[in-house]
Amino acid sequence: MSTATEPRKSTARGKAPAGEKVADWADGRLGIYSLAKANMRKIFPDHWSFLLGEICLFSFIIVMLTGVYLTLFFVPSMGHVEYTGSFEPMQGVMMSEAYASTLDISFDVRGGLLVRQIHHWAALLFVVGIFMHMMRVFFTGAFRKPREINWLFGFLLLVLALFTGLTGYSLPDDLLSGVGIRFMEGAILAVPVVGTYIQMFLFGGEFPGYDIIPRFFVVHVLLLPGIMLGLVVAHLILIVYHKHTHYAGPGRTNDNVVGMPLLPVYMAKAGGFFFLVFGVITLIAATVTINPVWVLGPYRPDQISTNAQPDWYLGFSEGLVRMMPGWEWVIPGGYTLNFGLLVPLIVFPGLLTAIALYPFFESWVTKDPREHHIAERPRNNPTRTGFGMAWLTAFGVCMLAGGNDLWAIHFHLSINAITWFCRIGFFVLPVVAFFVTRRICLGLQRRDAEKVLHGRESGIIKRLPHGEFVEVHEPLSQEQLYTLTAHEQQKPLELGPDTDKNGVRRPVNPLERVRARFSKAYFGEQAQITKPTREEYKEITEGHGDHH
Amino acid sequence: MFVVLLIALAATGGLYAAFAPAEEAQADNRAQSLAIDEGEALYRVGCSSCHGRSGEGGSDGPSLVGVGPAAVHFQVGTGRMPLQNPGAQAPAKPRAYTQAEIDQLAAYIGSLGPGPAVPEASAYDPADGDAARGGELFRTNCAQCHNFTGQGGALTHGKYAPGLDDVEPIFIYEAMLTGPQNMPSFPDTVLPEQEKRDIIAWLNAVNTSESPSPGGFSLGGFGPVSEGLFAWTFGIGALVALTVWIGARSAKARKS
Ligand code: HEC
Ligand code: HEC
Ligand code: HEM
Repeated sequence: MSTATEPRKSTARGKAPAGEKVADWADGRLGIYSLAKANMRKIFPDHWSFLLGEICLFSFIIVMLTGVYLTLFFVPSMGHVEYTGSFEPMQGVMMSEAYASTLDISFDVRGGLLVRQIHHWAALLFVVGIFMHMMRVFFTGAFRKPREINWLFGFLLLVLALFTGLTGYSLPDDLLSGVGIRFMEGAILAVPVVGTYIQMFLFGGEFPGYDIIPRFFVVHVLLLPGIMLGLVVAHLILIVYHKHTHYAGPGRTNDNVVGMPLLPVYMAKAGGFFFLVFGVITLIAATVTINPVWVLGPYRPDQISTNAQPDWYLGFSEGLVRMMPGWEWVIPGGYTLNFGLLVPLIVFPGLLTAIALYPFFESWVTKDPREHHIAERPRNNPTRTGFGMAWLTAFGVCMLAGGNDLWAIHFHLSINAITWFCRIGFFVLPVVAFFVTRRICLGLQRRDAEKVLHGRESGIIKRLPHGEFVEVHEPLSQEQLYTLTAHEQQKPLELGPDTDKNGVRRPVNPLERVRARFSKAYFGEQAQITKPTREEYKEITEGHGDHH
Repeated sequence: MFVVLLIALAATGGLYAAFAPAEEAQADNRAQSLAIDEGEALYRVGCSSCHGRSGEGGSDGPSLVGVGPAAVHFQVGTGRMPLQNPGAQAPAKPRAYTQAEIDQLAAYIGSLGPGPAVPEASAYDPADGDAARGGELFRTNCAQCHNFTGQGGALTHGKYAPGLDDVEPIFIYEAMLTGPQNMPSFPDTVLPEQEKRDIIAWLNAVNTSESPSPGGFSLGGFGPVSEGLFAWTFGIGALVALTVWIGARSAKARKS
């Protein structure tokens, strides 16, 4: 594949095909050959989990394309009209133009309903993809130096996706999304001192007013997607610059990348994958209803419905509010502190920030100045994996609380019992998850060590001459042995003796003490199983030689 | 003058009495009292243990004096009564009485004190209702417990507003009229007959097994929770299966 150099030879021959002429013309002005030369041979390693990012990218593109189509017909206005479209059960109902135009998109615009459903399903799957992608990066430690910035870019994309979703979900101005905006307004009002001002500013007056939908529209179709597009490009540029991580294996080290070249192999695959993703999403959108706004009715501040939830990615904020007891203080001067909303309003960004800043926490603990290009197996860093699972558990408990009414009615439970379970679970279950995960990781490490030293269980039982039964263990191949022992194991931080050699007390920064404690939690004896050494392996395999 | 009038009135009254369909009225009355007697017998066996010997109520059930035939028709017709297991709420279940027996029970309870009667068929015919208007009324009066389209919702401590899919129009009407258990009642002063019909027309348009679902499978109509679950299972499941498949496609190239 020397495509990068070939064109120049053929121009010398003087009868280049049209495509090459165009390429030459462009090269003369844009320097594309050297760019291509630098980038076409970029390598992209194979592992299914490395394609999660692609799912995000492709669904983002799909959301953008369908969004543009919707904008052609959507009317971002809260002006009142009487519905006269073709959906009978709504005829004659007074509604906002935004809602009426969404009904028109659904019933009177060619392909409108399908496109709306593709847009919404793709948006949901987009955020699912981001989430899974982020978990992949987290659990393999792919956020370590030099990729911290890209981790933050990705995280920002997640946050922006949440808000793009929130604003988009609100646009149709149906009763469900209107309740969501009302909820948001309540949360803003709960902010001490500035809450009312922000609310008035945002809504251009009292709730609901006439401004919020046009404003959300601009934010949803221009501001946030614009920023996101920029971030996506930056994210991709950094991936190319850093190159992808890969799992350790024979020939796959911290200093190289093994995989397919970006062009043509990888691009061809990615292109095919794009159409597969598009196909799956379209299939879902064509067969499964999402957000049937036509039966939800237009938003009216005097109406409300049960089972009103936001889209899944904001379910955890809903859950936080549902879990929090509705405590309220009236402080002297007649001001109200509404903890029922204030506390969730603090925990919500807190949960997000915790995962966003984790890489910096870990690098503070390890003070590891080296670059890392090997994706770690989650089991080989039990403490990090434990933290990740703890976070996911807290997130999951919030999600559970967010749907408490539905679980109650479908599983014949008491909503109060579920809420109490979640309140307690929010504090207890993450701790349990942390320790259980660490145990499991250590168990897996132990099994790996076992496999290295004694080989794989073959399932073949042998009877020895004196009647004993033994299972035949097959030794692992050289490659497998390497893969299972390639991970590095750090030593915990040593603070040194408390006194120096003259017996004088050595002052140790208390922060360093904390760091040492964490370091022990990550790399101490209970936190990893020492991997087998070459000597151990030799001793055992040679000692056992006669057995097999 | 007055005397003449009085005589005339007496005469017309007498004439009326002479010509009125007395037979029929009496037959009706007889049938009615028969039904009441039958109903009382059924009541004694099936209901009195909880509701008291003559409907006065007790520790296990409320007084039925004045709840009216509509309440009985609803409670027994949807199988809620007779209650089997005391719980957070009496659930709907297959009914234990025939239609005739239910009418008899209703007649008996109706005789205990005046209460809402079982509605005429014309009162709840969805064809005469305006679904659009009914939708608005439903969202104002019912959606806070029953959800936008009547998919049901949870109340405190295991109580719930049931899903209204495929509930017969007459029961929807009677539920509004009598307000079973934790549901408030919506007498005609609050929600006139026409508005009740509109609500029934709305539920008929959006929440029966025959209602059209233009977007495809409705996922139970529970909104973002079921959509989110779908995205996290089938949606991402299909996509991840594809990534695994694509990932495996190049394993061969790697070996070579
Ligand atoms: C095991 C006890 C039990 C039995 C048997 C029982 N009920 Fe009830 N019934 C109750 C209870 C308890 C309630 C109140 C339910 C609630 O409000 O939660 C009730 C409520 C009712 C109501 C509604 C009253 C209102 O205020 O609207 C009617 C009508 C009724 N029962 C009729 C009957 C009839 C008719 C029977 C016999 C076929 C019957 N019940 C058998 C326990 C019983
Ligand atoms: C405060 C909450 C609440 C409101 C408001 C409410 N309901 Fe109910 N509804 C309930 C509960 C609780 C039940 C269950 C009663 C039972 O099981 O006996 C119920 C039962 C019903 C049933 C019987 C369903 C069945 O499965 O047999 C119908 C029909 C019904 N409601 C219709 C309505 C309509 C129509 C409105 C509005 C006009 C309405 N409800 C308003 C709480 C409510
Ligand atoms: C450039 C990008 C985008 C454009 C131009 C766009 C455009 C639109 C428009 C016009 C609507 C209203 C029409 C309707 O209700 O169906 C809408 C709705 C919506 N958008 Fe977007 N959008 C974009 C990106 C996104 C992204 C990134 C997300 C989520 C992460 C998202 C989520 C939604 C949602 C959930 C709705 C509600 C759809 C519904 O009513 O079912 N959009 N979008």
